[in-house]
Amino acid sequence: MSLSTAELLRVARLARLRIDEEDAGAHAAQLTGILEHFAAMAAVDTTGVAPLAHALEVTAVTRPDAVTEEIDRSQLQADAPLVEDGYYLVPRVIE
Amino acid sequence: MSGAGSFPETLTEQAKALAAGQFSSVELTQHYLDRIKRLDPQVNSFINVCPELAMAQALVADTARARGEAGPLSGLPYANKDIFCTAGIKTTCASRMLANWRAPYDATVVRNLAQAGMVMLGKTNMDEFAMGSSNENSWFGPVRNPWDLERVPGGSSGGSAAAVAARLAPVATGTDTGGSIRQPAALCGITGLKPTYGRVSRWGMIAFASSLDQGGPMGLSAEDLAMLMNVMAGSDPRDSTSVERPPEDFTSQLALPLSGLRIGLPREFNDGNLSAPIAASVAEAAATLEQLGAKLVDVSLPHAGMAIPAYYVVASAEASSNLSRYDGVRFGHRCEAPKDLADLYSRSRAEGFGAEVQRRILVGTYVLSAGYYEAWYRKAQQVRRLIQTDYVRAFENVDVMLGPTTPSTAFRLGENADDPLTMYLSDIYTTGVNLAGLPGLSMPGRAVGNLPVGLQLIGNYFGEQRLLQIAHQYQKQTGWHLARPAFAEL
Repeated sequence: MSLSTAELLRVARLARLRIDEEDAGAHAAQLTGILEHFAAMAAVDTTGVAPLAHALEVTAVTRPDAVTEEIDRSQLQADAPLVEDGYYLVPRVIE
Repeated sequence: MSGAGSFPETLTEQAKALAAGQFSSVELTQHYLDRIKRLDPQVNSFINVCPELAMAQALVADTARARGEAGPLSGLPYANKDIFCTAGIKTTCASRMLANWRAPYDATVVRNLAQAGMVMLGKTNMDEFAMGSSNENSWFGPVRNPWDLERVPGGSSGGSAAAVAARLAPVATGTDTGGSIRQPAALCGITGLKPTYGRVSRWGMIAFASSLDQGGPMGLSAEDLAMLMNVMAGSDPRDSTSVERPPEDFTSQLALPLSGLRIGLPREFNDGNLSAPIAASVAEAAATLEQLGAKLVDVSLPHAGMAIPAYYVVASAEASSNLSRYDGVRFGHRCEAPKDLADLYSRSRAEGFGAEVQRRILVGTYVLSAGYYEAWYRKAQQVRRLIQTDYVRAFENVDVMLGPTTPSTAFRLGENADDPLTMYLSDIYTTGVNLAGLPGLSMPGRAVGNLPVGLQLIGNYFGEQRLLQIAHQYQKQTGWHLARPAFAEL
């Protein structure tokens, strides 16, 4: 079990985390060490065992479709990095 | 009594004294604010202190009391882990990402405590996004253990644990995803309860791993935790995973004797990782509980050794998804001069998150990615089922289980900082409880030299009252929970 530098950079791209290429090797080595330890799970026989996503088997909870929250947009956007006229501003996506 | 004078230290005694008019909430609150100002620079247990809000809440509580409208918790101060959203007071999660963030609302826990008349002293330090076991992963610097300022307080609720141990607050809130209430409670010599998953609302509690996260109380005694549970617990229409249950008075069974209780001792906890003095402390506690009438039963949790791998795969996977919301667009840190949208996302996140958070996001993204999901994430969920089944089977023969909270006492600052795996192993006895969704409590047992030892009680689903009862009876008998660090005398 070993994570290559290329794989590490692929995962970092999926996670939208910038990792400099010169640091990628060190990150890959560290993650490899961690994953090697976790790989001990492979020895556990889980044939026919249903995955458990949640300790209490909660079922979908419903409620009447009524407005219960009042959202103040200006308060919500007070700590946004960049807003204008109620919109969040990001770098241009379409030229 | 605290070094600074004439106030009792436990919440229970403070409640009685307030009711008897021995002092006001304003005086009690001022006492803690003064101590925080004078002593916290050495411990760093608070990220933000809120004296104006605290004094205003104290005054309201005193006024209510004068009108005869005080409840059991009116006017009692608490410290709030900086993972619970507070309107008007910054909520940082100890991250650069949220260093200046103000939540637009109060978490349900915060609202419940405020409605009960409690006084919030401030927001406590923690490992960033609750990821860590030493409180060294904080953007606001590490917390120091009041028992030895060169040692860690544990994490992630390290600020809450240290503040209570240093008598900078009588009680505090914490959250526990894999041990984050119990492990720091153990290392700081206080009592902490991680309730059954779904007991306490997660609304407004910043998410790390949603199927594991659970808030709970931290304090000096089981009695104090029971009082807090009375207002922290309860179903919440805003958290669809909170469980609908009839209200309970968590203090009602504290006084019951332990005769006939079956206490299981999981043999897998006596593994090669457990230090000998801690094993001795657990054995001594078991003997004490036996003297109090409990019956000791040998139990087995065959998959206990798989708890750490299953936990870190599941928790990291959920974290990688939960933390995708921090994108530098709607709130939180944004990098300077992004050259395009991808650069905005990836640089804001790389700058905003610390090393451990990034590590877990990477692990989580990897185990969920195409081609690896089956071997890692699905496998971990299957192992999670086996771990839960172990507990369910063991609870057919026992009422609770007793074991260590941690394999060792508080380690030195920096000792494990470059070794994530060793750090993860400090949660070896706590993570299984989260995977199974069970309640767990840590309380102080016989110390090792000057360093506290945590005893862990594990309960069946919704068995918090039983845990509090056993802890209370143990504490009445032994008094280890009253041991205080020299720092508390300052």
